[in-house]
Amino acid sequence: MTDLLALMAGLAQLSIIAVGGGSAVLGDMHRLIVEEHGWMDDASFARSYALAQASPGPNVLVVGVFGWHVAGPLGLLGATIAMCGPAGLLALGFSTMRARLTGAIWLRRIERGMVPVALGLVTASALLLGETALATWGNLPLVAMGLTAATAGFVFLTKASPLWMLGGGAVLGILLLG
Amino acid sequence: MSPTAKNLFTAYFQVGISSFGGANAWARRMLVEKRGWLTDREFAERLGLGQVLPGPNAMNTAIIVGHGFCGVRGAAAAVAGLFAGPLIILSMLCLLYDRFGHLGVVRGALAGVASAAAGMMLGTAFKLVRGARPSAPMVAIGLTALGLALWRLPLPWIILGLAPLGILAAYLEARR
Repeated sequence: MTDLLALMAGLAQLSIIAVGGGSAVLGDMHRLIVEEHGWMDDASFARSYALAQASPGPNVLVVGVFGWHVAGPLGLLGATIAMCGPAGLLALGFSTMRARLTGAIWLRRIERGMVPVALGLVTASALLLGETALATWGNLPLVAMGLTAATAGFVFLTKASPLWMLGGGAVLGILLLG
Repeated sequence: MSPTAKNLFTAYFQVGISSFGGANAWARRMLVEKRGWLTDREFAERLGLGQVLPGPNAMNTAIIVGHGFCGVRGAAAAVAGLFAGPLIILSMLCLLYDRFGHLGVVRGALAGVASAAAGMMLGTAFKLVRGARPSAPMVAIGLTALGLALWRLPLPWIILGLAPLGILAAYLEARR
């Protein structure tokens, strides 16, 4: 229970600084869960993320898997609420003011100015996640890197569903590691 | 045609249970193509705001869309719909994982999904950069954010330090 409260407190803080979405703070979640509290190791962290990817829903639900790992079903719900609640209230407040602000030049500049910061952070999170995923591949890190690079290229260059690459990755993992 | 809170819940419930690999693409499909509640441009504006605000993009967008149609009730309905299905499905997956997670087949599959998911995020980031058409100062700010994050500097420091520069770059860009 203490663990769940500590997890929720950490996630609630990340909630309001997660500009660029939940995945922008994946590195900070790693710091909180693996490095600070030692609730799971690198490989379980990466597998938790994969479990969330294998489920439909917003990407942020990965925190539910962390919560489940720390405190079961209650943890899943608690972690999701902690990660979504503060930002959700902020979005609601913003949405209420938005009608009055629409068209304000300064708001448009702020929105535009935050774009490069957000994109830099999302890219960093993707790379850190790829690095973390290496831990699940044992002595085949090159295969993992190739899979990550191939998927990045697939998503960047085509409009086809990324499900093909997620499914293909799963099959590759089963064949080589299973 | 303007949806009721109940309509919003139903639509977002369908978005939630079908959205493998992130909800935004599926939300656009539902709101713009299937229901015709928003034009592409209107959806893009709401999505942009959802991304600028901190927190999960898909949830923020659902709040802004729901609030725009039906106030606080609409926002609550959209968010509840978006999360209800996935939370139940994810609970079942966690249960299964606790029981079968030690099997090599499961571990292999999840390793593959983890590496592919990292690539999916990376490819999406590249797409967003291409769509943003950044000026040179913007690129420099983005690369600085990337470098500092890889160097594990805590996120609030990065945002507080670079946000003013980003806004300045946005003003310079507009003056040209």
